[in-house]
Amino acid sequence: MSDAQKYWQANIRLVIGCLVVWFVVSFGCGILFAQQLNSIRIGGYQLGFWFAQQGSIYTFVALIFFYAWRMNQLDRKFNVNED
Amino acid sequence: MTNLQLWTYAVVGATFCLYIFIAIKARATTTGEFYVAGKGVHPILNGMATGADWMSAASFISMAGLIAFSGYDASVYLMGWTGGYCLLAMLLAPYLRKYGKFTVPEFIGDRFYSQTARVVAVICLIVASLTYVIGQMKGIGVAFSRFLEIPFETGLFIGMGIVFIYAVLGGMKGVTYTQIAQYCVLIFAYTVPAVFISLQLTGNPIPQLGLGSTMSGSDVYLLDKLDLVLKDLGFAAYTSQKGSTLNMFLLTMSLMIGTAGLPHVITRFFTVPKVRDARSSAGWALVFIAILYTTAPAVGAMARLNLINTIQADSIAPDTTQNLKIDNLPSWFTNWEKTGLLKFEDKNGDGRIQYVGDAATNEMTKVDRDIMVLANPEIAKLPNWVIALVAAGGIAAALSTAAGLLLAISSAISHDIVKGIVAKDISDKTELMAGRIAMAGAIVVAGYLGLNPPGFAAQVVALAFGLAASSIFPALMMGIFVKRMNNAGAVFGMLSGLGSTLLYIFVYKGWFFVQSTAMLADTPEGWIMGISPGAFGAVGAVINFAVALTICSVTKAPPEHIQHLVEDIRVPMGAGSAVGH
Repeated sequence: MSDAQKYWQANIRLVIGCLVVWFVVSFGCGILFAQQLNSIRIGGYQLGFWFAQQGSIYTFVALIFFYAWRMNQLDRKFNVNED
Repeated sequence: MTNLQLWTYAVVGATFCLYIFIAIKARATTTGEFYVAGKGVHPILNGMATGADWMSAASFISMAGLIAFSGYDASVYLMGWTGGYCLLAMLLAPYLRKYGKFTVPEFIGDRFYSQTARVVAVICLIVASLTYVIGQMKGIGVAFSRFLEIPFETGLFIGMGIVFIYAVLGGMKGVTYTQIAQYCVLIFAYTVPAVFISLQLTGNPIPQLGLGSTMSGSDVYLLDKLDLVLKDLGFAAYTSQKGSTLNMFLLTMSLMIGTAGLPHVITRFFTVPKVRDARSSAGWALVFIAILYTTAPAVGAMARLNLINTIQADSIAPDTTQNLKIDNLPSWFTNWEKTGLLKFEDKNGDGRIQYVGDAATNEMTKVDRDIMVLANPEIAKLPNWVIALVAAGGIAAALSTAAGLLLAISSAISHDIVKGIVAKDISDKTELMAGRIAMAGAIVVAGYLGLNPPGFAAQVVALAFGLAASSIFPALMMGIFVKRMNNAGAVFGMLSGLGSTLLYIFVYKGWFFVQSTAMLADTPEGWIMGISPGAFGAVGAVINFAVALTICSVTKAPPEHIQHLVEDIRVPMGAGSAVGH
């Protein structure tokens, strides 16, 4: 396999990993399992409600920066970065 | 003139001077500057501009009101309008930046080597952006007429004039730098009252934490208190789910992929210098958006509690002796009543207002959700300068989004239609002029539609997201991730995604939004499997993917140079500075 193919595969793996987390926090914790999670509380928040209105958004932000950081590493590793 | 009006004139006037000052400083002299700000915008600043571009009058004015009245169910908007940025950052923005052209339809036309694909994309773009811009124009008019008590039309003309100055002169460059200023104005205007109210109710100055805290001077959590009060008055509990899970799921998905597919948002990532800047800039955009979007749930819950406490005087339904007296209404109440967005009827004739869940005895016959953010500081009795700030923030949110949308429309006309199809050999200078004329034309059309909003204005937001989700997002994604995707697959995919989504919306909303032609009742009982028309975009996208992949597998692979193009956009190396035209 060529370097370009390896780079692309590593990219796809990273994207899939990130999107799994993206799906779990929003659709999973915020919608599908929100009612069950609501029996757990953090302060005044029921956990499912917290994920739907706060937690998922914080996770999205962290995910994008994690993705950007890992991609920059991959760019350098496969020597396809811009500098 | 009242003290509040003086404050409002001062604050709104100061922000307008700032926008015009920036417009004069950031004039565009080339098409590159007009379309993509010369690709020289720092990723953090671009993130800020994207935040202002994205957060419209709907985010600023309507969303917290929606949350206040639907509670948990409104989470779909919070997750849907932020989660799309993950898709944008990982699936679209860096690759489209690498391609390095000026518009979204241009990429679709080149990648699928098809003018038809480009024209379909231009049509989707114009319909989605134009429908969106009507709401912004309306928002500007409402903010002016309520706070400065000048006619709706005059307010709208002033707004149009301001956008005209900085968008026609500066193009993307002017729009970007004004959006950065507008972001600062709108986020300040949104968070200051939220901090005040959070302090009043919970003693915690951070609204995100206040929402999870106990009420001041008691050990009852704010959300528990709200649930209890609502249930006592016969409303549904705030934190409980009211709608169907399938519909929530699909609506969230539609809003996410719709967000990622809206051209005016995607174009913002063409303005950064490098591919890696496009990735981090999406993160910064979401940081700036999240500041408002995580504050909104606190604003919503606290506004609902304050509203009930003001009217129902913190007492339980049958006991009405403490309720708000009709001959002693606060000024915000009478002011909003004048606009028709707030109505009451003393059904039992006791001279006081009852606010309960039972429609037969409820006397607050209309509380428009759009007034919650604007009336919130007045309900909480905050100082006048804070109220003036909210007016300026609402106008900033509407102006910044309107400018971004108008720019997307004018670029599509001057670059994709005039330069791309009609007159291919015009010079850079002529194209720049065409861009400015298209922008002026788009402002006039948007202003006209704002003054004479079609009856369906409220319905069309579903259309904008439906179009972007079912046609533009899948086409872009397959263009990057499916190397074998060819012209036939892409065109039929877009048309079938678009067609099925339009069909579903028209069946419930009426053909071309003529309500009498609706064929099925637009209620949860009438929806197929409980899927609302606004949530169908996700299904349309699946249809698009399925049709495109099927047709592509039985037709000819794309030519060699297109396959090379796809390989090239997948690696960041070589993007460098702007690609010449």
